[in-house]
Amino acid sequence: MKQPSILGPAALALLLGTFAASAQTQLNGAGATFPAPIYTKWFSEYHKLHPGIQINYQAIGSGGGIRQITERTVDFGASDGPMTAEEIAKAPGILHFPTVLGAVVPVYNIPGVTAELKFTGPVLADIYLGKIATWNDAAIQALNPGVRLPDTPIAVVHRADGSGTTYIWADYLSKVSPEWKSKVGVATSLRWPVGVGGKGNDGVAGQVRQQPGAIGYVELIYALQNKIDFGSVRNEAGVYLKASLAGVTAAAAGAARAMPKDFRVSITNAPGKESYPISSFTWLLVYEKQQDPAKGKVLTDFVRWMLKDGQKYCADLAYAPLPAQVVALEEAALAKVK
Amino acid sequence: MRRRGGDDGGLELGTSAVAVLVVALVAAIGLELLHGSRLSIAKFGWSFWTGRDWDPVSGEFGALPFIWGTFYSSLLALLVAAPVGVGIAVFTTDVVPPRFRRPLAFLAELLAAVPSIVYGLWGIFVLVPVVRGLETVVSRTPLRKLPLFSGPPYGLGMLSAGLILALMVIPYVSSVSREVLQAVPVAQREAAYALGATRWEAIRAALHYGRTGILGAVFLGFGRAFGETMAVTMVIGNNPQLSASLFAPQYSMAAVIANEFSEATGDLYLHALTEIGLVLFVITLLVNAASRLLIWSVQRGPGRVSDGVPAPETIPPARAGEAA
Amino acid sequence: MTPGWHLRRRKLVSAAMTGACALAVLVALVPLASILVFIVARGLSSLDWDFFTKLPKPTGEAGGGMANAIAGSAKLILLASLVAVPVGVLAGLYVAEYRGRRLASAVRFAADVLNGIPSIVVGIFAYGTVVLPMHRFSAIAGAVALAIMMVPLVARTTEEMVLLVPEMLREGGMALGATRTQVAFSLVLPAALPGILTGVLVAVARIAGETAPLLFTSFNNQFWSSRIDQPTASLTVQIYSYAISPYDDLHRQAWAGALVLVVLILAVSLLARLFTRRLERMAGR
Repeated sequence: MKQPSILGPAALALLLGTFAASAQTQLNGAGATFPAPIYTKWFSEYHKLHPGIQINYQAIGSGGGIRQITERTVDFGASDGPMTAEEIAKAPGILHFPTVLGAVVPVYNIPGVTAELKFTGPVLADIYLGKIATWNDAAIQALNPGVRLPDTPIAVVHRADGSGTTYIWADYLSKVSPEWKSKVGVATSLRWPVGVGGKGNDGVAGQVRQQPGAIGYVELIYALQNKIDFGSVRNEAGVYLKASLAGVTAAAAGAARAMPKDFRVSITNAPGKESYPISSFTWLLVYEKQQDPAKGKVLTDFVRWMLKDGQKYCADLAYAPLPAQVVALEEAALAKVK
Repeated sequence: MRRRGGDDGGLELGTSAVAVLVVALVAAIGLELLHGSRLSIAKFGWSFWTGRDWDPVSGEFGALPFIWGTFYSSLLALLVAAPVGVGIAVFTTDVVPPRFRRPLAFLAELLAAVPSIVYGLWGIFVLVPVVRGLETVVSRTPLRKLPLFSGPPYGLGMLSAGLILALMVIPYVSSVSREVLQAVPVAQREAAYALGATRWEAIRAALHYGRTGILGAVFLGFGRAFGETMAVTMVIGNNPQLSASLFAPQYSMAAVIANEFSEATGDLYLHALTEIGLVLFVITLLVNAASRLLIWSVQRGPGRVSDGVPAPETIPPARAGEAA
Repeated sequence: MTPGWHLRRRKLVSAAMTGACALAVLVALVPLASILVFIVARGLSSLDWDFFTKLPKPTGEAGGGMANAIAGSAKLILLASLVAVPVGVLAGLYVAEYRGRRLASAVRFAADVLNGIPSIVVGIFAYGTVVLPMHRFSAIAGAVALAIMMVPLVARTTEEMVLLVPEMLREGGMALGATRTQVAFSLVLPAALPGILTGVLVAVARIAGETAPLLFTSFNNQFWSSRIDQPTASLTVQIYSYAISPYDDLHRQAWAGALVLVVLILAVSLLARLFTRRLERMAGR
């Protein structure tokens, strides 16, 4: 009788990737694209430190993070728009853990314009409402005397997916433009008056790069890494600020002193001369009661590492590290996760 | 042990169980979609199909912009693909010398082997810039006053989506049309020549003869364009609006599912998206059934040799959602 | 108006229309050439050893590869085939062997419908029936979605190929005392096997390029995924996320991925074609 060939099953096992021997623990997370550069960095570094642990993070948008953690199809979610009361009701026991702070910047691609443009909240709102349609519109020109703006139509780029970056953007515009507040509102997905939709911070940055005359909004690092021009924005105190670590940190200072227990706080249009107005925390969404305690342990271990050692990766990627008070509060809250 | 020959019923039992499974699968898909969209169906009823607002903030969901975008892009695609596809069929059956026919037809059909995602990639980096250039030129002329050409030249938008869909549909139209033309009896064409017809007149007669089949081919193409996802998502601009403009970024039914399904935060939102899926399911079903009926009717027509070797061609029958 | 003028006009129209048909060929071939040139030029220049051996880098860092995505796609296709081929073959066998039955025409219709369903909708189905109950995105869910798309293709070819098997073979088997089951599995299916294999290859070529049904089923993974009940990377989803990203290095890798994908698909299609040729020759003999 012929011996059963071992080659077939071996090839099969290889293809299926059943490397059972390596005993990997895999956590799955999904959500915000806003912090994706630092998250993927963290997970990659953490994997180097703990080769047995893989944390798979997919940046599908904050809306996706909220949706999938609610459905419990992932072990943690990530969002940079805090979950609404209604959403929390559907995911009882969900906790928000701030990870880093970031800035949303207005990026643009105007051939021939090298000067850094200045924006105000109302002007940005009017652009996104479709009321300002060309680059040489008087409203933009008034903010940027001396810049030769072309009569190019403004190609508005926004997010097509459920997005926390959108949330931050809309949150800010709502605070500075009553019309935005009444016509569009604040959420991770909006009814956009004008523009094209791109998927993820990636997609928006990609389209702005591709599209002459485009304006978009992305997390600072996407603008920096891809060398896309971005403008300064007038803050609540009337100062034009370009997004920076300092500006974000300043914006967070007030919130850090009076952090609500559930960490859900908006810091857009924060007071203070140094505050960059479109700043935000970004959160991990974690259930208080973990279904698999072993995984829960891995997750909390990671969060502890992230709060301490992980923060040092912030500067390279232009995120602002968490204020010390917030870290302390989070460590206390983390004890609840079981 | 050797059993007596004959039908022991085992074959039927075994295979029919699987057969039932396949039928049940279709029912299951339909039911799952129905179940998954019940909230939206209950809340909006038919007004879902006429509503123009897609507003996740206020929980108002109307699918009209997506239906519009899907129909607009599919029709635009057919407007290009139908003449081109039929032209290719004619060229490769009646015009070029026989030895070039197969290679040429093969090349055209190669368009069907390119996955949708690759069309999308090419669309973003090659087609969209070209279209944007074209749109920029047009929008400097008085033509921009026409609703068809209004709006800023994004590049991303209906025109790019229509063109890319056209490319994807061409091989379907051309291969089925080729089959139809080849099925036209030789005598029919010879008769035309004998009457002193020019080449085109003979071809036209053949086209006329096979018109139902060609119509079916166009239908198949429509069915394919209809559910196409990735390439369209990547170039259509993803903005739900009812616009007649070719330049306007719009949205399609499949694209909105691809972009928003895994991220819809509210239940109603998710159900609304699933309902779009349900309708996509129902419509493609109808389109496919209708085209099959048409092709079937022409295959039943006189002179059709349809029972030859049904060689599996590079082109499988049209899949509406060739989303790849 | 002289008859000669009339004839000239007709000839002119004929020439113009013939020219228009040639133009149609050109209209299709120019984009095709452009697509192929871009894939090959951009893809080849971006292909390196890392591409086949390395994992993706964290967002924004240059380098890395798609090794896990290539393996993931292979895994998905294999899993899908493991499900779809037996189901498709048995269903096709039923339809061929019991042609007149009402169930047979129901299956044929069902296969047509399955074949027509947009793949994104198949994705919704797999999400609802596999991902939600399992509480996890997984290679299994992706494979189920792909299998659903494969079944009708395999069933259809099996039916056609089984019908081509000469009745004499069946009768001979029965005369030797074999049961219908034995005839079907030891005589008919082996005789139809090359054709069925072609069908399977065509189906594989088809699903290999699918992205939409994987978006919310097999999801994605930046690591090697060691288990089939975990999310897995795939070539197509990876190309998608790289294509829409702003990073030049990722664009480069997207083109490389596209090249690999298209080459794989063409290779499988060519293989299928070769099978068909041989089949035709055998049938012609």
